[in-house]
Amino acid sequence: MSRGLKLTLLLALPLAGFLALLGLLWQGLGRDPSLLPSALIDRPLPAFRLAALGEPGRFISQDDLKGKPALLNVWATWCPTCRAEHEMLRSLAAQGVTIYGVNYKDDPTKAVQWLKDLGNPYTLNIDDQSGQLGIDLGVYGAPETFILDARGVIRYRHVGAVDEQVWREVLEPRLKLLQGGQG
Amino acid sequence: MLPEIGQFTLLLAIANAALLGTLPLLGAARGDGRLMTVARPLAAGQFAFVGLAFLCLALAFVDNDFSVAYVANNSNTQLPLWYRITAVWGGHEGSMLLWSLILAGWTLAVALASAALPRELLARVLGVMGLISLGFLLFLQLTSNPFARNLPFFPLDGRDLNPLLQDFGLIVHPPMLYMGYVGFSVAFAFVVAALLSGRLDSAWARWSRPWTTAAWCFLTLGIALGSWWAYYELGWGGWWFWDPVENASFMPWLLGTALIHSLAATEKRGVFRAWTVLLAIATFSLSVLGTFLVRSGVLTSVHAFANDPERGLFILTLLALISGGALTLLVLRAHVIRSEGEFAPLSRESGLLANNLLLVGGCAVVFTGTLFPLAVDVLNLGKLSVGPPYFNTLFVPLALVLLAVLGVGPLLRWKRDSAGRLWRPLAPWLAAAGVLGLTLPSLVGAEFRWLVSLSLALVLWVLFSSLQDLRERLEHRSRPWYSAWHLPRAYKGMLLAHLGLAVTVTGVALTSHYSVERDVRLILEQSVQIGPYRFRLDALENADGPNYTATRARIEVRDGADRIVRLMTPEKRLYTVQQMPMTEVALAPGLLRDLYVALGEPLDQRSWAVRIYYKPFVRWLWLGALLMAAGGLLALLDPRYRLARRRATVAAGGSANVARA
Repeated sequence: MSRGLKLTLLLALPLAGFLALLGLLWQGLGRDPSLLPSALIDRPLPAFRLAALGEPGRFISQDDLKGKPALLNVWATWCPTCRAEHEMLRSLAAQGVTIYGVNYKDDPTKAVQWLKDLGNPYTLNIDDQSGQLGIDLGVYGAPETFILDARGVIRYRHVGAVDEQVWREVLEPRLKLLQGGQG
Repeated sequence: MLPEIGQFTLLLAIANAALLGTLPLLGAARGDGRLMTVARPLAAGQFAFVGLAFLCLALAFVDNDFSVAYVANNSNTQLPLWYRITAVWGGHEGSMLLWSLILAGWTLAVALASAALPRELLARVLGVMGLISLGFLLFLQLTSNPFARNLPFFPLDGRDLNPLLQDFGLIVHPPMLYMGYVGFSVAFAFVVAALLSGRLDSAWARWSRPWTTAAWCFLTLGIALGSWWAYYELGWGGWWFWDPVENASFMPWLLGTALIHSLAATEKRGVFRAWTVLLAIATFSLSVLGTFLVRSGVLTSVHAFANDPERGLFILTLLALISGGALTLLVLRAHVIRSEGEFAPLSRESGLLANNLLLVGGCAVVFTGTLFPLAVDVLNLGKLSVGPPYFNTLFVPLALVLLAVLGVGPLLRWKRDSAGRLWRPLAPWLAAAGVLGLTLPSLVGAEFRWLVSLSLALVLWVLFSSLQDLRERLEHRSRPWYSAWHLPRAYKGMLLAHLGLAVTVTGVALTSHYSVERDVRLILEQSVQIGPYRFRLDALENADGPNYTATRARIEVRDGADRIVRLMTPEKRLYTVQQMPMTEVALAPGLLRDLYVALGEPLDQRSWAVRIYYKPFVRWLWLGALLMAAGGLLALLDPRYRLARRRATVAAGGSANVARA
């Protein structure tokens, strides 16, 4: 084979690779990356000990989230979707759903102000400034909502906003099931 | 009215880009001088039109014109003027307009600075940049028009700029980043122009070099700014999260770094031509891919823009045309590429080859980690996310090997070198670096970590071998200091950038392994040890302000020798009207460490919960990046680029005379 032909074939490789990449990206376009299940499903919540939001003297650990089935919501003030779902979370809290918050990679001052302005649906709020708990939970972005059972085991993971439909079709049935199992 | 003028100038810019993207290329293909000469005025027009459109959008922000949907979504009457102006690039549409403006700026810069280039080449380079402009302006107009109106019912006030963006770091970060991304389009345009002309000699490599280095400097600063911002704003202690969007900026940086080095080999020795061409195409392609990843919604990230598959499809098409077109052209022109120089396994060339393989390998690691979740999803193998452990496990070893090669690379001679010549002067330095790396942490009383020792040894190896190289160069000079000052700027720039990398690696290694973050109970007149410092709660006092009550702690910080290094005074305030508690942290930044103290809650009359961070050498991360960018700038200012331009003028003039004769 002549040298020129060899180089032509060699240089066709990047082009082929690029075409494969295009195919991959094109296929990826229609998909919803937020449908990420968690490797932690049916595993206990990772161990942590972090300050309560706005009260750095008080610490929360995984044991504080046990006792009854609950939602664990990862949120931040820099996340516009979190603002969108906030009203929904408040109405859920008003209905008696226990919601724990993980304030993820956020400025606690801004977060406290946000809860002051928009209302606080959270029973407990964990201050995860360093994103350490977020990393343990495999958080990919905010918001994410986990369902915990009474023993603090993660039973479900939802990525993206919680709205009326998500609550009715996805979260509520699962939470009901856990509450049923308990009672 | 102003938004309509903006819209109109945007359309003019599109028309102008269409002309710039066709006429000069046509002229170059046909040898038609008149068509080629329009390239420079059109490049100037491009900048003027996009600049006017940008100005109109900025004025809409200044005027609080909420009838413009983009303004209503990203600004607010309460926002200070300064933030209203910078809010222009706070969202997707405006940041794409800034992208286009910067592209027009680079195009204009090429038109102004390259008057001495051969006429065909300049026409082709500007034509290719015009085509890229056209693509992105059409994207702006068709999918993300910043001038779209909210008529007839427009809001009285805007939704406000994301508070996270109301910060100096984030104002400067995107323009710097875009200057880097878009700057790589110049090297790309030079490559495509050379491929089109069928003359892939060393000249295009020489002409591309200063542009590539300039873009790389901006990208370096942009990434460093982003990391610095994350450190002080997003959450204490974190400075790099391997987030898809961070990776999107890191990949072109890695390839751009490789490109700078392979361009040097191609220019000086005529080797690696096909490889360098491929790198130039890939570097700009990754910049466009980054834009796609951030704005298409295929990957989730903490700082992705509002996602839209339609926009994603458009950018994907652009990517297919830009990179697919260039790669196809490369295959078609493969027969004209001839590498000249031969080189031995131990030579400057092979050193640069190793540099390239390691940097491209690092880029492949980041690329795979970023796109793997998507690939797994598309192939229906489930869903997963790739975390920092993957990146750290694979990337850190590559970076360390890169440092090892970097120590010896600049000392190698072109063509052929002998291990014996290198070994004799370098062996003592290598031994010294190893011994110091192993013992330094223990000497200052830090715990032994083999990864820290290895990193320090390699950093010292880079430093020592640079000194050795400098010594050899100055050996027989009568006035070494004078000669050192007058070494070529390109050489001094290289040294500075290499030392910058060493400084950054030092920061990464030390802060990753020796940071201490603790929540402690501090009792009045007692102290705790955090890292090498003792924090003693001296006093708790009232520090009431006009609209708040506050407790201020006076915390005395002493070092190992019991000297007072700092008095830190964090406060806990309670704003009385709103009953709103606020924490005023005390921060002591320093070259060798950052200290951070925040008051938590009072536990009783005499004790408080306090959060204390000790971050050794964290500033070195960004200091190193500054040195790298400064090194790049110094190399850019080397007179040899200007000399090359003058020579090109002479050559072009000479051939013109011949043609006329």
